[in-house]
Amino acid sequence: MAKERLHPKSIQDKVWHYCPGCSHGIVHRIIGEVIDELNIQKSVIGIASVGCSYNNYEYFNFDVIQAAHGRAPAVATGVKRVLPNNVVFTYQGDGDLAAIGTAEIIHVAARGERLTTIFINNAIYGMTSGQMAPTTLPEQITKTTPVGRNTDYHGFPIRISEMLALQEGTAFVERVSTHDVKHIIKAKKAIKKAFMVQQAGLGFSLVEVLSTCPTNWGLTPLESQEWIKDHMIPYYGIGNLKGKDIKV
Amino acid sequence: MSEKVLMKGNDVIAEACIRAGCLHYFGYPITPQTEISHYLAKRLPELGGTFLQAESEIAAINMVYGASAVGARVMTSSSSPGISLKQEGFSYIAGAELPAVVIDVVRCGPGLGGILPGQCDYFQVTKGGGHGDYRNIVLAPNSVQELYELTVESFNLADKYRMLCMVMADGSMGQMMEAVQFKDKEDITVYDKPWATNGMGNRGHSNFITSVNVNPDELEKTNLRLQAKYRLVEKNEIRYEEINCENADIIVVSYGTTSRIIKNVIKKAKKIGINVGLFRPITLWPYPYEALAKHTDKVKAFLSVELSAGQMIEDVRLAVNGKSNCYFYGRMGGHIPAQQELLDEIIRILKKEDK
Repeated sequence: MAKERLHPKSIQDKVWHYCPGCSHGIVHRIIGEVIDELNIQKSVIGIASVGCSYNNYEYFNFDVIQAAHGRAPAVATGVKRVLPNNVVFTYQGDGDLAAIGTAEIIHVAARGERLTTIFINNAIYGMTSGQMAPTTLPEQITKTTPVGRNTDYHGFPIRISEMLALQEGTAFVERVSTHDVKHIIKAKKAIKKAFMVQQAGLGFSLVEVLSTCPTNWGLTPLESQEWIKDHMIPYYGIGNLKGKDIKV
Repeated sequence: MSEKVLMKGNDVIAEACIRAGCLHYFGYPITPQTEISHYLAKRLPELGGTFLQAESEIAAINMVYGASAVGARVMTSSSSPGISLKQEGFSYIAGAELPAVVIDVVRCGPGLGGILPGQCDYFQVTKGGGHGDYRNIVLAPNSVQELYELTVESFNLADKYRMLCMVMADGSMGQMMEAVQFKDKEDITVYDKPWATNGMGNRGHSNFITSVNVNPDELEKTNLRLQAKYRLVEKNEIRYEEINCENADIIVVSYGTTSRIIKNVIKKAKKIGINVGLFRPITLWPYPYEALAKHTDKVKAFLSVELSAGQMIEDVRLAVNGKSNCYFYGRMGGHIPAQQELLDEIIRILKKEDK
């Protein structure tokens, strides 16, 4: 029996501009499905950031505000304070969230803003063509660490989700991966829960998604999925960091 | 009209914000404008609005961006170093065509400068400061009464043109106490905001707010549309005041606190037979170039008096266009020129011109 291919209402029927093998498409699709399942397409407001997903409003089929680099959490705060009953989320990459926007993300967590952040960690700057990110792994080669990230010289990757989990205003944090179907299903569960934690008014929620960047890693899409499994997961670990026992 | 009350300039700005129907404020403390926050921290939550102390001026202006994007009347206030930090946000607000109000109670610079009154933000508020071809409406009150009226008006202008409207008040405007008479009912225009990203609801389509477009044709079209809007503002919104400009020997161009001193200098000068005029721009952008230019053939000279090293004088020179001599007198550091100090300067200039 042929199964109907269901397209989420909350995703527009367009061709992605993302590179083959990039995780953005998977994560967009998950968000669209979750918004449909929670029946919040008419009330949700997304905040796009600066990075390859800067124009995700071209794909999402709900209201979206594009924010300056790193400032999405502040923009989301302005939105949520005016419209406390709407679900509001930011979609940010590692440079946006963990470098230029560190202050903004820490403070939404500290304030316990009823917001959700989807944090795409691909250990590199994608849009600007492959420079070191705050989450670039030790010894990882990028265009600005041409012989590998030397922790003596470039410093260490930042485990920002752990930092955010420490804030009292944070209700839920989970790190997930997109390298295989099993983990994609787990990622969707975490993202859905993060939205529901916000709906329940429990505090700030964040899902860090370990993601691929085949183009700038210089790997094929399949090799990229292996690279998450073999390098990113051993370094960062995956699983819940806060709010595991919350029932929503 | 209600009875006159004695109030501090910063408190009046805050009261005007509420009277204009703005119930959302995001800001970061900085002297000499912090009383605005004190007032709104108490009042806005009582009214069901938002007072939020942000982690930085950068965060505050981006909170304003978010609140405006969903259709709310929203304001932030700061002083010079804080305005420098907000400039990135101003550029995005311009690009995304969002209405917002920003109050700048100007102090001295550069760097951390000092907390006493200055007008050294003229360049950064009238000539951009952020990147890109954009403009902000800038209103410059010179009394507490005008602080009230222009702050209320700034919300209407911001909504009307979907752009940032600033009130530039120097530190003494914010800190001084003066009589103010509030209207029984404010002249508030409510604008439809079908563009707001406040949730799709039953709109039938999604909205998005953005300042980015990587298509060169489309981005140029956006810029041309912005420029057309700015030309419209220049056509409709120029405001200025002229005192004793007809038959003046010299016209002093001045705004804010310094323009008040000139009013007394005019009287002092008359006693010794000198006719001094005051041309006071109320909109610093759009600047009243044409109105000022009308005087070029009639006076011996123009004198720009500012609490800066000479910033507005560049616009005075543009207006005068080489047809008269333009002089400058300014103080920097927080001193405000005394009447006699300015009169002496006027006498010196006229002696030079008469040679």
